[in-house]
Amino acid sequence: MKLNAPLTFGLIACILLVSAPHAEHLPLWISTVCVALLAWRAYLTWGGYPLPARWLLLSVTVACVLAIAVTFRTLFGREVGVALLILLSTLKLLELKAVRDATVLIYLSCFIIITNFFYSQSIPTAMFMLLTLLVIMATWVHMQTGTLALRPRLRIAIVLLLQAIPLSLIIFVLFPRVQGPLWGMPQDAYATSGLSDTMAPGSVSKLSLSDAVAFRVAFNDTVPLREQMYWRGPVLWDYDGMTWTRGNNATLRQPTLSDTSLPVDYTVTLEPHNKRWLFAMDMPAKISISAEMAPDFQLLSRRPVTARTRYDASSLLSYRASLEEPPQQLQRALTLPQGYNPQARRLAAEWRVQSDSPEALIRTALAYFNQQEFEYTLEPPPLGINGVDEFLFETKKGFCEHYAGSFVVLMRAAGIPARVVTGYQGGEFNELGGYFIIRQADAHAWAEVWLRERGWVRVDPTAAISPERIQNGLSSALPDNAALPFMARNPPEWLRSMRLNWDALSNQWNQWVLGYNTERQFAFLTRMGMEEITWQKMALNMLAGIALLVGVFTLVMLRRLAARRTDAVQAAWLKVCRKLEKAGLPRAPHEGPMDYAARIAAAHPDLAEDIYDIAARYASLRYGGEAEQDGLPAFKDAVRAFKL
Amino acid sequence: MAHPLHAVIAQTEQVILGKPRQIRLALTCLLARGHLLIEDLPGVGKTTLAHVLAKTLGLQFQRIQFTSDMLPADILGVSIYQRDSGEFKFHAGPIFAQMILADEVNRATPKTQSALLEAMEEQQVTSEGETRPLPTPFFVIATQNPTNQIGTFPLPESQLDRFLMRIQLGYPDAQAERGLLAGIERRDLIANLKPQMETAELMALQKQVRQVLVSPALLDYAQAILRHTRESARYVHGLSPRAGLSLLAAARAWALLDGRNAAIPEDIQAVLPGVASHRLQSVQDVHTSDGDKLARELIEAVAIP
Repeated sequence: MKLNAPLTFGLIACILLVSAPHAEHLPLWISTVCVALLAWRAYLTWGGYPLPARWLLLSVTVACVLAIAVTFRTLFGREVGVALLILLSTLKLLELKAVRDATVLIYLSCFIIITNFFYSQSIPTAMFMLLTLLVIMATWVHMQTGTLALRPRLRIAIVLLLQAIPLSLIIFVLFPRVQGPLWGMPQDAYATSGLSDTMAPGSVSKLSLSDAVAFRVAFNDTVPLREQMYWRGPVLWDYDGMTWTRGNNATLRQPTLSDTSLPVDYTVTLEPHNKRWLFAMDMPAKISISAEMAPDFQLLSRRPVTARTRYDASSLLSYRASLEEPPQQLQRALTLPQGYNPQARRLAAEWRVQSDSPEALIRTALAYFNQQEFEYTLEPPPLGINGVDEFLFETKKGFCEHYAGSFVVLMRAAGIPARVVTGYQGGEFNELGGYFIIRQADAHAWAEVWLRERGWVRVDPTAAISPERIQNGLSSALPDNAALPFMARNPPEWLRSMRLNWDALSNQWNQWVLGYNTERQFAFLTRMGMEEITWQKMALNMLAGIALLVGVFTLVMLRRLAARRTDAVQAAWLKVCRKLEKAGLPRAPHEGPMDYAARIAAAHPDLAEDIYDIAARYASLRYGGEAEQDGLPAFKDAVRAFKL
Repeated sequence: MAHPLHAVIAQTEQVILGKPRQIRLALTCLLARGHLLIEDLPGVGKTTLAHVLAKTLGLQFQRIQFTSDMLPADILGVSIYQRDSGEFKFHAGPIFAQMILADEVNRATPKTQSALLEAMEEQQVTSEGETRPLPTPFFVIATQNPTNQIGTFPLPESQLDRFLMRIQLGYPDAQAERGLLAGIERRDLIANLKPQMETAELMALQKQVRQVLVSPALLDYAQAILRHTRESARYVHGLSPRAGLSLLAAARAWALLDGRNAAIPEDIQAVLPGVASHRLQSVQDVHTSDGDKLARELIEAVAIP
């Protein structure tokens, strides 16, 4: 097999396809250089021009490596490794001289495929890589078989890939998974966005612009109402006039729940967000993974959530929370920065005088939000130093963080302990998968006030202004022209169901392909009937499975070969041909027996009689319909007797 | 060697000098009951070859010179009203002969061409609702001038497929040309030719061709060739099953001509250029169709199984 233009174009396509997804995160200059080099190579092939000189290639290579070192300030690490791999593979194309180089490029392409999974493990990525693999295989088949047309070439490649499927399935299911950093994906493998533990005007509304999935929830039996689905995240206590922060809890005591009822059990699959908090519905009571419960009912994982995490949790919809809150904590819940927002303080003081109980005061406050001309909007005007005053009395336009924040300020000014809770509210039900999708756009902030008889009670001022937000979701609460993420709007029904089906599929993919860890592997193998699972046992089973499959493939192939194997007549004839080949007169594959005999006779007149005899006998047996039992012995004798 | 055929070949070679292969291919075509297309320049002996073959085999001969104003009726014949009897009487056209030389078929309009080709295919002529069989044996040698294509209608691929073979005569070599130039006028030679074979004998040979053995091993080879033309990226289209049948028929006839009653790979290779050259087109240069070169490449690309 020799290198030709179509093969070179195939290799260019391979490198282009495997490198293309990397363009997203590599520096622009690398992508540009790669495309330029590929275009150059394609131009050389197309015009049949010679390859660049060695010194030129060498200097380009050195320049590229130097540029990478300068760009990344190191020559080690994943990002740099990928950049080097892609650039050098592209350069390798420019010194494509022998079949060996082409083979190396095929293997390199396969290796670069793997690097793509460092950055994305989604279904589209996997599909694209499968397609890429098909192109690589087709190019490889082209290299092996020469002038085969595209369609039979693709057919062979597809058959090869299909044969690989059972093998890879066995390896996928049985390869012993080891928990630990060696097998895990790098921590920055996931894009991260999500709630932070501070809240300033704009921080939640900014999140509302993303329709990325925050987590998915499947309820075990009872599904609560949408307006009960408050997914609790960071609880914010401290306020500096502008920003709400978590601060330090003044107690280490576990929070208590009493008079509980209406339990709900569910499973959460949390997307990685690089923070420690876990989300659970108000109020969380139990969680299946190791996590700590802060005194304000916030669930915190031991480590930042850098991989997709699955946990079971149960919550209680009716409760009295922390009736015995320590006084230091209550004091924190009353603290306001000095000198800010005088108007709000004055209003709160008036309410305090007018109301005979805290409940009445809260009702007054909610009525105030409900009756004044407040507007629920994603694009509130910017606020100055006395933000709460400006918001309450002038602009009156805000998003949930404005309402929750100013409500808590009002409560504290009126002497009621209050805090801000951030998290998510609601969710979209996926009927196909039977679970709720909670997106970043569902991010929400609300308030909790502490009442002597009832403990911490949730109050959502947003519900007072815009009840639709809580009952139907964000899109119904905003005007049509608001800049919302696509999925938070109400898209056409078919599109919505398509998206939901796709999400259900992704969820299965996440759970069973990407999330197939030690635990799942054990569970699955136990269900398959394997007992006392050890990694040795898995490895042995895997090897046995592979051996079995390879054995089956080999048997099928041998049978096919046997069917094609030459019969006795042909074997004897080939023996003559081999004898003559040793004498320097090989038979061309397309040369018929009589033509060959004539050529031999011309070269060796002394052999003429013998070879004509043998060729005639062969032709008679193979093409003349002579029965083997009649002609074969004499033919074999003649072959045996034939000497040079 | 079958003797009457030996005599036929010997006599033809006396007139057509230096073209033994083409003569054999033409005879092969006749024996395999196919039709022959000769594509070459004027004056290389196309007409003479047809004439000599007709004379030597003792067949009725008709030459039809195709022109652009020719109508199908000019070939097939026409019914003319007889005043005396008050009936239509069919006047057979020139196609009612055993050997037809269709000279320069590409000069005629497609309509006329297809009238000829249909008659070739069906071995009968249907005119005014009446079907009249053509004489047997029926053999058409059509000629086409490859250059000077202005105002012509080259046969499309589908029509080309109706010819069992397409061959080229080419210029004679120096020795043959010398003989030609120094020798007696060809016309006189032809006038003096004696038939070397009875028509019945020829038809018996045609029947015998069908008895020539084609072994499974040879079928493997033929199929390997067909498969290669279909899978290779070299050709626009692969060879059709009809081309495969033609290939085997021609190989059988060639074997018989060679005095054998079984076909061998060499027979296939001998007739392949004639059978395949007008049915294959190279992907690389669609316009210059050097069919012989393609066929030679094809032979070399396929190993004999």
